[in-house]
Amino acid sequence: MAKKNKETFLNPIGINNPVTVQVLGICSALAVTAKLEPAIVMGISVTIIVAFANVIISLMRNTIPNRIRIIVQLVVVAALVTVVSEVLKAFAYDVSVQLSVYVGLIITNCILMGRLEAFAMQNGPWESFLDGVGNGLGYAKILVIVGFVRELLGSGTLLGFKVLPQCFYEAGYLNNGLMLMPPMALIILACIIWVQRSRNKDLQEK
Amino acid sequence: MATKKFRCKVCGYVHEGDKAPDVCPVCGAPASEFEEISDKKGFDTNSNNYTLIYATVLVIIVALVLALTSSLLKSFQEENVRLDKKKQILSSLKIDAKAGDPATLYEQYIKNDMIIDAEGNVIAENGGFDKGSEALVVYVAEVDGQTKYVIPVYGAGLWGAIWGYVSLNDDKNTVYGTYFSHASETPGLGAEIATSDFQQKFESKKVSDGNEVKLSVVKNGKVQNPEYEVDGISGGTITSTGVSNMLHGVLGQYTKFLNK
Repeated sequence: MAKKNKETFLNPIGINNPVTVQVLGICSALAVTAKLEPAIVMGISVTIIVAFANVIISLMRNTIPNRIRIIVQLVVVAALVTVVSEVLKAFAYDVSVQLSVYVGLIITNCILMGRLEAFAMQNGPWESFLDGVGNGLGYAKILVIVGFVRELLGSGTLLGFKVLPQCFYEAGYLNNGLMLMPPMALIILACIIWVQRSRNKDLQEK
Repeated sequence: MATKKFRCKVCGYVHEGDKAPDVCPVCGAPASEFEEISDKKGFDTNSNNYTLIYATVLVIIVALVLALTSSLLKSFQEENVRLDKKKQILSSLKIDAKAGDPATLYEQYIKNDMIIDAEGNVIAENGGFDKGSEALVVYVAEVDGQTKYVIPVYGAGLWGAIWGYVSLNDDKNTVYGTYFSHASETPGLGAEIATSDFQQKFESKKVSDGNEVKLSVVKNGKVQNPEYEVDGISGGTITSTGVSNMLHGVLGQYTKFLNK
């Protein structure tokens, strides 16, 4: 059982990554990865919310009527996110100002619905919690990679600090404005999927 | 393990066992015609009544929880909003509110929050802080012995509201500092208006030539009149234009006051 739990936790970070293999949560990956900082914030928020939504749905799973299960999941997630954002607004205002843009994105993130529907509806709370944390971290990992590339090449900064030396610019180097546009997130994401697929032959379709 | 029950859909024969029989001993129907009868005690979670009651109860519980959190936390949140507003005003005066309690710093620097009318006359010396965009509010501040005027500005960006504070020197025309923020502009593009790099570009620009507001944000690299114009954000054109329109629209209403 311990081995199975370990797999539940580690698989989404590696070979069963929610973004690159299950192709979930792409929309928010485009929106928040122009800079590294929002990518990290979004990654952490989604990890926490998926983990707790998974636990709650897992506890309720035997009572949920089959025909309205998606709505029930959505209500639970929306309520959870709203409560968390209200609490942050009251006690950690700076964090909540930073997160305000993401609240809507977290609720509509398909990773949440995907994990609730595919995992939490069939498994116990502890496994669901591990699955949520694993998938959240897997999502955060991809977001951070994409955000890193886009901010470095698009603005020449990382987390807002200049990292490319001035002499680069004097030698004629220009920031790539295209990197800041949403399509580049898709292209970088595609490159990550490409690398992962060529290293893992199992993922390739016959 | 308890045995399961299977009912033949053709004749109604009930079979007990781990799986359905290959053929029905009564009517000869194949195994596919058998359906499992759930023998669980309690509710049938698929019945209409259960679904309706479940949905109703869930919605009521969630509504109660949300209403409760909202009303419990409201006073804390309003206090935070007021503190944050003070921080933003201080930020336009280039005072870092992180250094101390924003409320004390605000008391220390801001002398008056007066309300004026369109003719530039002062209606009330104080009380402007709690007014929204419907009143013309001017904050009078004293920084290093010099009088500064802070004017709140409101406008629209690409996705939602943008707002800010513009502080002027005592000639009421030269920009001392600015603060801009936004509700939901694109990170990396329009959202850059909230960075100090962008806000510093406004310093020592002139607001107007005496008749109309000339302070503008123009397309990046297209500054022709550096006395009034500021470089916009490349890729954030609509937000930059929004800032420009906001400055024109709101500061325009203050023209009479600024010329006094």
